[in-house]
Amino acid sequence: MLGSGRAFRRPLPGRVSSHETALGHVHTRAPDSDAMNSRSLPYLLIAPALLFLAVFFLYPFSLVAWQAFSTDEGRLTTEHFADMVGYWKFNDTLRNTLWLAAIVVPIQLVLSLLMATMVSKMQRGRDMVLYIWTIPLGISDLAAGLIWLAIFEQTGYLNSILHGLGLIEQPVAFLGYQSKLTLFVAIMLAEVWRATAIMLVILVAGIGLIPKEYNEAAEVFGAGPWQRFRRVTFPLLKPSLQTALILRVILAFEVFAVVIALSGTQFPVLMGAVYERQFVLRDTSVAAAYAMLILAISIAFTLLVLWWLRVPKEARI
Amino acid sequence: MSTLVDGPVRGGRGQRVLFIATTVILCLWVLVPIYLLFVNAVSSSSDVTTFPKPRVPAIDLESLRFFMNYQGVARASWNSLVVACTTMVIAIGIGAPAGYALSRFDFRGKSAFRLLVLLTRAFPLPLLALPLAILYIRVGLDDTVLGIACVHALLAMPFAVLINFSLFSGIPVELEEAAWTLGCNRWQAFRKVVLPLVLPGLTASAIFAFVISWNEVFAAAVLTIEHRTLPAFLLQSLNSAPLHLKFAGGAMLVLPALFFIFAVRKYLFAMWGIANR
Amino acid sequence: MAEIRINRVAKQFGKTHALQAIDLTIADREFMVLLGASGCGKTTLLRIVAGLETATAGQVHIGDRRVDQLPPKARGIAMVFQNYAVFPHLTVYENIAFGLRMAKLADSEIDKRVNRTAALMHIDPLLKRYSGQLSGGQRQRVAVSRALAMEPDVILMDEPLSNLDALLRMEMRAELKSVLAESNTTTIYVTHDQVEAMSMADRIAIMDQGHIVQCDVPVEIYRNPAAHFVGSFIGNPPMNFLKASRVDTGQWRVAGATLSGPGSDKNALDFAIRPEDITVGEGPLQAEVRLLEPLGSHTLLACRVDNTAFRVIVDSDTSVSIGDTLSLNPMADRVRWFDPDTQLAVPS
Repeated sequence: MLGSGRAFRRPLPGRVSSHETALGHVHTRAPDSDAMNSRSLPYLLIAPALLFLAVFFLYPFSLVAWQAFSTDEGRLTTEHFADMVGYWKFNDTLRNTLWLAAIVVPIQLVLSLLMATMVSKMQRGRDMVLYIWTIPLGISDLAAGLIWLAIFEQTGYLNSILHGLGLIEQPVAFLGYQSKLTLFVAIMLAEVWRATAIMLVILVAGIGLIPKEYNEAAEVFGAGPWQRFRRVTFPLLKPSLQTALILRVILAFEVFAVVIALSGTQFPVLMGAVYERQFVLRDTSVAAAYAMLILAISIAFTLLVLWWLRVPKEARI
Repeated sequence: MSTLVDGPVRGGRGQRVLFIATTVILCLWVLVPIYLLFVNAVSSSSDVTTFPKPRVPAIDLESLRFFMNYQGVARASWNSLVVACTTMVIAIGIGAPAGYALSRFDFRGKSAFRLLVLLTRAFPLPLLALPLAILYIRVGLDDTVLGIACVHALLAMPFAVLINFSLFSGIPVELEEAAWTLGCNRWQAFRKVVLPLVLPGLTASAIFAFVISWNEVFAAAVLTIEHRTLPAFLLQSLNSAPLHLKFAGGAMLVLPALFFIFAVRKYLFAMWGIANR
Repeated sequence: MAEIRINRVAKQFGKTHALQAIDLTIADREFMVLLGASGCGKTTLLRIVAGLETATAGQVHIGDRRVDQLPPKARGIAMVFQNYAVFPHLTVYENIAFGLRMAKLADSEIDKRVNRTAALMHIDPLLKRYSGQLSGGQRQRVAVSRALAMEPDVILMDEPLSNLDALLRMEMRAELKSVLAESNTTTIYVTHDQVEAMSMADRIAIMDQGHIVQCDVPVEIYRNPAAHFVGSFIGNPPMNFLKASRVDTGQWRVAGATLSGPGSDKNALDFAIRPEDITVGEGPLQAEVRLLEPLGSHTLLACRVDNTAFRVIVDSDTSVSIGDTLSLNPMADRVRWFDPDTQLAVPS
């Protein structure tokens, strides 16, 4: 039986409040009457989705895997991987991607946690602030790259501001070939700017699922703000953090258009290498090998995150 | 702004000032770069490439006009729109029934299905564009709107399923049951009771699918040659196009996003609230 | 005629048996209450009659039709849900008219019925409102009106008052009873509240673990519980139970005293007595008072007899204090006996 409180609230959770907790305990009471023909109905309803996933997900996935590991004659081989690793830009490519993820993701984690906690404490203006903070969610990586190009490019705003402050006379080529560091910083800032919102959304939703009473109880027992965060909010937020980090880490390894927009090909990353192989070099098998590499890294980090933030099922909210 | 935002009730004055200041700074951090892009987009091409920039930007719609008339832009924008709409239809057409099934039935294989859906979310999906490019040539879907829309629908589907799952779960089963006892069959009850109640949310999830498609670069670039979408077109012309054109294109990409995120903002949180379970 | 016959109805969810071969006949125009703790199967049984759940085995007849294979809409029933299930996107008027529109009645007839049932439930001023603008009690009234407007043979109610506050519940109890009595319908009413059951029912079916333990008129259920469970469930506080061992035929040793009881050849029985059926002073049972609960109209004593919790209701003027030892005298004609093995009542 459903709890009385939430039963007929309209399901339009404008703000994340405690009643959404109830969404978790979804009530599935199937009237499996023959007259309502519901024994087969769920399968009919998921059939299109299953079919679609089979055709557009499972099948192409098997193809790309096969292509990465086979020769044109259909023998198993690792030569495409050897080819990939042997390429002179490979080390740079891999290092760039990993470094970028290693720096961007922790910053985003801290920033999104800070923003989410702030949102949960906000009394007024919450909706507006939340909207502003989630705007980048709707902005493509290409557009984000262009946005930061407007700032870092030679005739961009940063140069104008620095000039206005009297710090420089001539514009600096931040994104030039000679200035690897500023190029990296620009890409990093663009990534932080663009993709923190997705983590924020997941964490705000996650905090909404934690009943306020836990924090209040901790406070009554004498825990300060930091202790409350560390001992109550953080552990209870682990499942959301897991989702947020996994999604974010995977997206970090897929970084592509931001980099292209800001640097062209001066800052090689894995996804860019896939694109290059596919189009410029027309070497589909090596592109597939890159794809497998990205997948392998993604899976490895997913497992790492799952392990790091593991929560026994019994200890969940 | 400081009058619009307010922090915790308790805590000292200093703490509150810090809180509000941080909030404002973080808002500016998001807004200022967008603002700068738009200023660039509505500045003349010479302003865009001058150093140092004028303090007060002179509004000149020349670059935007130039962009609109630029070879292929109108077509790419139209393609983007068609692809995004097709994506929306496919994603919702497939995702809504699946979401309904997840919220209303306990069936064998339910958790496996949910896992499959979540798995796609945890997978670098644009990579699938590679084999699909070859596959499409074989079945004649290469370089077509439908071809890209299917890949975009794949990207949007996990979200569509999850949002719809959450939406339908928010409608008490009793409402449907009441309709059954009052003379409806399952379909009538759905149409007369459930549908009117989920319609706003359904629209939001459709818009979300639209945004995903509108923004997607990689797969679109891989799968199209003639029928470029706007992001794919911009990516392709990044090397050749002049600066002011890039900014105009960027603004063109960003503008719909502002409205779309505003339209779906409520549902973003509901979706993830349930997705974490 | 809308007699409901439930024959050998069973329901299994996976490995759990929610209902085990239920037999129950509800007479035309009878008010039957299904009473039990949560999880006893009462709601499942109601939902099977409604057609919202399919029985694993057995048959349901309404009138002379077998309905267990029919969809809910073909059963001639109307239902009131625990959470009212008032459609939030429709006005009160359209909520009440919903089923009538589905049945394609003429607009004039719909209008007539909506106004009549709304007036009956005193919600006629609210017809233009939406459910979000109503209080819990008002939603409840809409739900009842909506069911009544269908003029069904059978009305099914699933804990309809459980979400109302105590005062409103008492008011609605009386009102529902009189409205339903005038409506010529057969009613099945599910509740876990024994006061509701006792005050409203023609007959009560007490359920426990998927069985109907006893089905009888309220007074009979109270006075002569058919099983240990009924005695311990009905009554607030419920019956007191003490172990009894046989001394001789018809003679039983209870807490050190010898009482006359059934001529059973069992070695042990359970002795049972309601707290209000005991007088204080010169009796066979010695009780130590542990706690006093003065309730105004009477005082409830929590005692221990033979190391077992034992409650006694005394007049509030009685002067007792904690630690006192009382001598208790159970009223002989109110003493009941139960078989500890079968848990069933043993006639004395």
